[in-house]
Amino acid sequence: MKRNFHKLGEKLIEGVITASGLVTSITVLLIVFYLFKEGLGIFSQTPVAEGSLLAVNRQNQVSELSAAQVKDIFDQEITNWQEVGGANAPIKLFEIDDITAYYTEEQLGPDFAFLPQRINEVVAKDPHILAYFPDEYLAHNFPGKRIELANISLGDFLAGRQWYPTIQPAVQLGVLPLILGTLWVSLGAILIALPLGLATAIYLAEIADPKVRNFLKPVIELLAGIPSVVYGFFGLVVIVPLIQDVFGLPVGETALAGSIVLGIMALPTIISVSEDAMRTTPRAMKEASLALGANKWQTIYKVIIPYSVSGISTAAILGIGRAIGETMAVLMVTGNASVIPHTFLEPVRTIPATIAAELGEAPQGGIHYQALFALGCILFLMTLAINLTVDFVSAKKKENR
Amino acid sequence: MAFGTPSPSHKSKKLSQSIAFFVFRLLSFSVVAILLVILGFILVQGISVISWEFLTQMPREGMTEGGILPAIVGTLWLVVGSMLFAFPIGVLSGIYINEYAKDSWLKRFVKLMTNNLAGVPSIVFGLFGMTLFVNQLGFGDSILAGSLTLGLLALPVVIRTTEEALKSIDNSFRVGSLALGATKWQTTSRVVLPMAFPNIITGLILSIGRVSGETAPILFTVAAYFLPKLPNSIFDQVMALPYHLYVISTSGTNIEASRAMAYGTAFVLIVIVLLVNLLANWLRRYYGKKVKMN
Amino acid sequence: MNSVETKDVHLYYGDFHALKGITMAMRKNQVTAFIGPSGCGKSTYLRCFNRMNDLIDGVKIEGDILIDGVDIYKTNIQVDDLRKHVGMVFQKPNPFPKSIFENVAYGLRVNGTKDKQFIEERVERSLQQAALWDEVKDKLKKSAFELSGGQQQRLCIARALAIEPSVLLMDEPASALDPLSTAKIEELIHQLKENYTIVIVTHNMQQAGRVSDHTAFFYLGELVEYAKTKTIFTNPKDQRTQNYITGRFG
Ligand SMILES: Nc1ncnc2c1ncn2[C@@H]1O[C@H](COP(=O)(O)OP(=O)(O)O)[C@@H](O)[C@H]1O
Ligand SMILES: [Mg+2]
Repeated sequence: MKRNFHKLGEKLIEGVITASGLVTSITVLLIVFYLFKEGLGIFSQTPVAEGSLLAVNRQNQVSELSAAQVKDIFDQEITNWQEVGGANAPIKLFEIDDITAYYTEEQLGPDFAFLPQRINEVVAKDPHILAYFPDEYLAHNFPGKRIELANISLGDFLAGRQWYPTIQPAVQLGVLPLILGTLWVSLGAILIALPLGLATAIYLAEIADPKVRNFLKPVIELLAGIPSVVYGFFGLVVIVPLIQDVFGLPVGETALAGSIVLGIMALPTIISVSEDAMRTTPRAMKEASLALGANKWQTIYKVIIPYSVSGISTAAILGIGRAIGETMAVLMVTGNASVIPHTFLEPVRTIPATIAAELGEAPQGGIHYQALFALGCILFLMTLAINLTVDFVSAKKKENR
Repeated sequence: MAFGTPSPSHKSKKLSQSIAFFVFRLLSFSVVAILLVILGFILVQGISVISWEFLTQMPREGMTEGGILPAIVGTLWLVVGSMLFAFPIGVLSGIYINEYAKDSWLKRFVKLMTNNLAGVPSIVFGLFGMTLFVNQLGFGDSILAGSLTLGLLALPVVIRTTEEALKSIDNSFRVGSLALGATKWQTTSRVVLPMAFPNIITGLILSIGRVSGETAPILFTVAAYFLPKLPNSIFDQVMALPYHLYVISTSGTNIEASRAMAYGTAFVLIVIVLLVNLLANWLRRYYGKKVKMN
Repeated sequence: MNSVETKDVHLYYGDFHALKGITMAMRKNQVTAFIGPSGCGKSTYLRCFNRMNDLIDGVKIEGDILIDGVDIYKTNIQVDDLRKHVGMVFQKPNPFPKSIFENVAYGLRVNGTKDKQFIEERVERSLQQAALWDEVKDKLKKSAFELSGGQQQRLCIARALAIEPSVLLMDEPASALDPLSTAKIEELIHQLKENYTIVIVTHNMQQAGRVSDHTAFFYLGELVEYAKTKTIFTNPKDQRTQNYITGRFG
């Protein structure tokens, strides 16, 4: 009786433990599920702001426009129908507020009761018009032709060069500048952090005497724990003004500021991972080198570094991963302009910073909201790729031993 | 043949070694100097702001004066809440991986997923926490939603330290206990866990440091821009130190006027991290000694 | 003529007195074997000859050690020059994570040789001396880790020979190998002694008997007895030596 009870208890505990063990896996799966469920939503949405429509005169040959074309038309960069496959005639833009230029208040009636009718007249009269107005003013006998906007495609999303998620009448959801911004800032960070971090790791692992090492190591570990928002704050009050002064820029919030801050933040990771890797070099290997007349430095660069190269690459990849995913520090110092970066002295905007800055204002379920989740998907896939690479590299390393 | 006098090759070897070592020493010390400058700068700028009033009062005048009490209290709630979630599950999960799981695809899968979760950017945790806890489960912006999100973020850290701590315990202890007729759980709970405890606790403390400084996961799950009252329940929103620092240094009503408050807040955050690290180091040493004496 | 000579050498690992006043001389172009129970200080003594003990913290060495007449602990001696002159082969094969060719060329390169043709010739000659050339000549670019344990050890010998040392130290070079590989190494030692002074540590007495001209028996950090190998094995003077070679302890 008591034995059975015991057995039951053991089984129960094992169940609880197994269930706990599965929490991380379930979480990852749920993250994937929710991110993609929301994020993929944008591909079934048209980029016209919700509750509005675009229409042309019936005689117009054009019946479909892309989001980019719409934006260019409203920015007056495209001014002729010919440019979008229509007749050679100037495009006449009509937005709802323009109605007062056509009709007096009386003609629109009390509470704009006649507005739908008036819009009908305007659209019917002008063969070159492009009208943009809210759905609610669409009369049932509308004489114009609705312009269909294609759904956002994966290609438009990934290769689009413009990120204007709230612009009217058609939102622009090109994430290329954000992806490039993220990679740009991270690349700069790793260019700063890798040489410094490696040098420090080599120094700590092979050159420093134990006393110095025992002082430096905890200091570096400590810095891994400083919150990113504090690094961001430091960047904001020290590095940003410094860059502004040194390079004589109008603003100091630049990719360079982001790279410097991220580089500093990636240092502890790079140092400790690559130092650990170098320390695993077998003593016998070092002794063999010294016994052949190599000195310490030759042993370091001819034996220890080649031997720990996979650990060092792991360190670099992890450093990049940290930089790519970092949110707050970048948000605070890069200036967040969503343009494709050309130099390190321009403001840039990264994917995490975009999510953090915009999610609060994006109405839930709207296209902007979904686009931010799609950005989350991209970010997730980037870091997943990095994790899997690290797993792969370290598995390979074990195999080689 | 003769080696009594230094050979020509020796000289050039020695020179390149001297140069290389000099460069490495220089770079290493500049790295440490950079890091210490950051710490020192904030500590020096912040210390003058710290006062009893600063720590115990509500923010006033558009967060340019007064204190940061609600942010401190909020962060405290979040730390406690997330640890209540992450610690038991993390430790049990570590036990599962190291003690219970058979060497199967499931174990490999769980390890892989734990690794991947550790690499997920914190803003993605924020997105996830918002969809699942805030919207789907209907917790709203609340301590509950924020703590769960932060707890998930801390989970891989707790699991890893538990795993490492358990791994370092010699198998003979387990075999010895099992041979005496103890069950698996008895062995785990009475022999293995107590031995691993100091290291597990160290991991827990370090993850407290991590959780208290995270901003991105709480942006959309709990953090309030300005809320001059203390929370009453886990369904309330709170202010939090890292978010507060972000707000007053980038988007407050008067950024220049709240600079002092920002330094003070950064100071408090750094002090928390310092204390957490000191405590962890002290524990490590304390238990290290005890183990040696036995 | 003496190639290695030590006078009253004491070595301390911190407080631990590991070598207690060792005075002996090893002849040029002869094989000298060190035998003795494990932990008696054979490796420690051997590692004094190329100052390998310098790498260990807290080591203190007293007495004189002369290699080819030069006091190697004199201040103007450069360790890397010394180690070029005194080669070493370790217990476990420890090739570098490089190609077979680069392993052998390593010593030349780190000592400043740039001439490609010279390096190629020297690599080939060393591999031939180490009786490995025929087995590897078609795969010099392959990783050294692809060789068998015995081949790796011969590679390590070739690597040591490539910089033409005058003394070759071998610390239990065959203890990690199978009997066939061991036989090959012993054969090699025989051939090498024409050009090198060889000091070999072994805990295998048959091996000492087979390969060495002189044998030294160590016990607890002391040199107990040192004589012609034949004498040691047939007519030891000291009771402790007698006990050891007849297998009564160790
Ligand atoms: N690095 C070291 N630090 C402290 N003691 C050591 C070290 N290396 C060897 N010893 C000690 O010195 C003694 C001689 O060791 P060793 O020369 O390796 O013996 P052998 O090679 O004869 O087996 C042993 O008691 C060993 O424990
Ligand atoms: Mg030995």
